Amino acid sequence: MKKGPSLFNVVSVTLGFAFLYLPIILLVIYSFNSGRNVAIWAGWSTKWYVAMVQNQQLLDAAWVTLRVGLLSATVATVLGTMAALTLVRHGRFMGRTLFSGMVYAPLVMPEVITGLSLLLLFVAINFDRGFWTVTIAHITFSLCFVAVVVQSRLVTFDRSMEEAAMDLGCPPFKTFFVITLPIILPAIIAGWMLAFTLSLDDLVIASFTTGPGATTLPMRIYSAVRLGVTPEINAVSTVLIAVVTVGVVAASLITKRQEAERQRAERLAGAAP
Amino acid sequence: MAAKASGPIKRTFTPWDDPSAKPFIQFENVTKRFGDFVAVDNLSLDIYEREFFSLLGPSGCGKTTLLRMLAGFEAPSEGRLLLEGQDISGVPPHRRPVNMMFQSYALFPHMSVEGNIAFGLKQDRMPKADIDARVAEMLRLTKLEPFAKRKPHQLSGGQRQRVALARSIAKQPKVLLLDEPLGALDRKLREETQFELMDLQQELGLTFVIVTHDQEEAMTVSDRIAVMDHGKLVQVASPAEIYEFPSSRYVADFIGDVNFMSGKVSAVTDGGVEIRDDTLSCSIAAHLENPGTKVGDDVWLAIRPEKMRISLDEPGDTATNCVSGEVWDIGYLGGVSVYHVKLANGNVVKSTVTNQTRLVERPIGWEDKVWLTWPHDAGVVLTA
Ligand SMILES: Nc1ncnc2c1ncn2[C@@H]1O[C@H](COP(=O)(O)OP(=O)(O)OP(=O)(O)O)[C@@H](O)[C@H]1O
Ligand SMILES: [Mg+2]
Repeated sequence: MKKGPSLFNVVSVTLGFAFLYLPIILLVIYSFNSGRNVAIWAGWSTKWYVAMVQNQQLLDAAWVTLRVGLLSATVATVLGTMAALTLVRHGRFMGRTLFSGMVYAPLVMPEVITGLSLLLLFVAINFDRGFWTVTIAHITFSLCFVAVVVQSRLVTFDRSMEEAAMDLGCPPFKTFFVITLPIILPAIIAGWMLAFTLSLDDLVIASFTTGPGATTLPMRIYSAVRLGVTPEINAVSTVLIAVVTVGVVAASLITKRQEAERQRAERLAGAAP
Repeated sequence: MAAKASGPIKRTFTPWDDPSAKPFIQFENVTKRFGDFVAVDNLSLDIYEREFFSLLGPSGCGKTTLLRMLAGFEAPSEGRLLLEGQDISGVPPHRRPVNMMFQSYALFPHMSVEGNIAFGLKQDRMPKADIDARVAEMLRLTKLEPFAKRKPHQLSGGQRQRVALARSIAKQPKVLLLDEPLGALDRKLREETQFELMDLQQELGLTFVIVTHDQEEAMTVSDRIAVMDHGKLVQVASPAEIYEFPSSRYVADFIGDVNFMSGKVSAVTDGGVEIRDDTLSCSIAAHLENPGTKVGDDVWLAIRPEKMRISLDEPGDTATNCVSGEVWDIGYLGGVSVYHVKLANGNVVKSTVTNQTRLVERPIGWEDKVWLTWPHDAGVVLTA
């Protein structure tokens, strides 16, 4: 017996999605508003997108954000992958529990606290705040996300493939680059994308750790909104949403495909005795 | 065994009987522990150059662990491992002249079949033309030519097993370790590959150590077989010796089919014994290989079913080596029929008869009273 969705189900799903996405849909629609007032619809127009690309302040902020994102995601991916390798590969070592706890702490730490503690650190060591401090802060908090993604791939990694490579005369270091890395690459890419999008839309930690000349896009938007929302901001936000969505969807698609492939490979492996 | 003689090249190769021969691989009192668990228990073994050596034993008895120690993935907890007289403990896997075919295949999923086979050759910086030639040769040998460009996940289980095999023999190492290399192949392909392996080993003069669950396979390909149990070697001998002169009931039972008759030694004669058991109507006379046996010892006579003669007529002498019973079950295997005969004491004894004529109706049927007889030298007296 198969019943269609009940009225209750339909209503709750509609309400839930409306709650989640109505604000975003409104924002996107109003970014195409031709009027100045954000609350009153005055017809379709792309003039705010034109205004956006002519706004030097916004462009500067976007450029900072992009650089911070690319750099922090890349460094976080390298460090996060190394952390994951250590956690998975080196079985039991002194302080392993502590180490894994410390890698994952920023995952649950309130951003305000991460931001504040980093700020205190930079002040204490007298580090000039600006582009580099934001980048370092972003590496710190996105590293653990990369570590989680890569670790989940590594635990299912069949190490006999590495053994086979070494058995055939490949030294251990080279084995990592020709066997291990290519096989876990999809997870590493997914981790990078996650780190990049996290960096892209971070406001709290960036606000704490930035300095003059390194205003990120979310910060610029936030300060602009305090002076009143303009359709121009809606346009910027729409672009940002698009970029983040593409990043997250791509990351999850890569992870999914990789998981499906692994399952298929395992099924095949299971068929052989 | 007949299977041995059907091999492509018959040879007399018995370096283990020659005291001056130098072993190629030596395990010297090797023990391997995983935590508290002893996987290999104080094991000593010599394997000779150009030998085809098989490891046989139940699951979990430490066969793979032995191979992994040879390949360098596990270090012995105690004891030494020598290759050509050199201790190889400190040599990392990639520097050992040993290649292994993994039980789990361990193919590289991101490389094609060709890429997998060429991998080891590339590590040796072999010229590209030579690599291509060798890969083509391996593909031909393993009948994988149509799949050269495929990735491992696009292959069947048997095809992947062949890729693993091809990859491990491509480098033609001094020692090749094969962990159940043919398990996933169908019977015909398995037999073909067995002979290919034997040819290859002869041609190139390689030393093979092979793990198998298939005792027929071990019989066919090996110069010597080692039967293992719980990390120990129970017997190491040629296939024929293992089959005809097993050292214990464990080995006799593990290799082939066997009947056991238990009893006590009632008399020791010149080169023979008499065994009696209250539940048997006859006494058993047998050759004695083990000179330490005394009157009163508990012993077992192991006789292969094909050495038991079955007959409907009562033989002249029923006092020795003759039991009677009722046919309990008949297994028709095509080439042979196996008669299960239930004796008066409740034991079931098996006798195999070659089906030489195409009789649909067998002369001996269910519930017939039959007599089983065997010559003095048909069985082995075992004390363990
Ligand atoms: N890394 C390990 N840690 C702990 N125990 C292990 C490890 N490797 C093997 N063992 C144990 O050692 C024993 C021997 O294992 P091994 O793989 O050598 O068995 P095997 O004879 O190859 O069995 P099979 O025929 O099933 O392949 C097993 O009981 C196994 O559980
Ligand atoms: Mg095994």
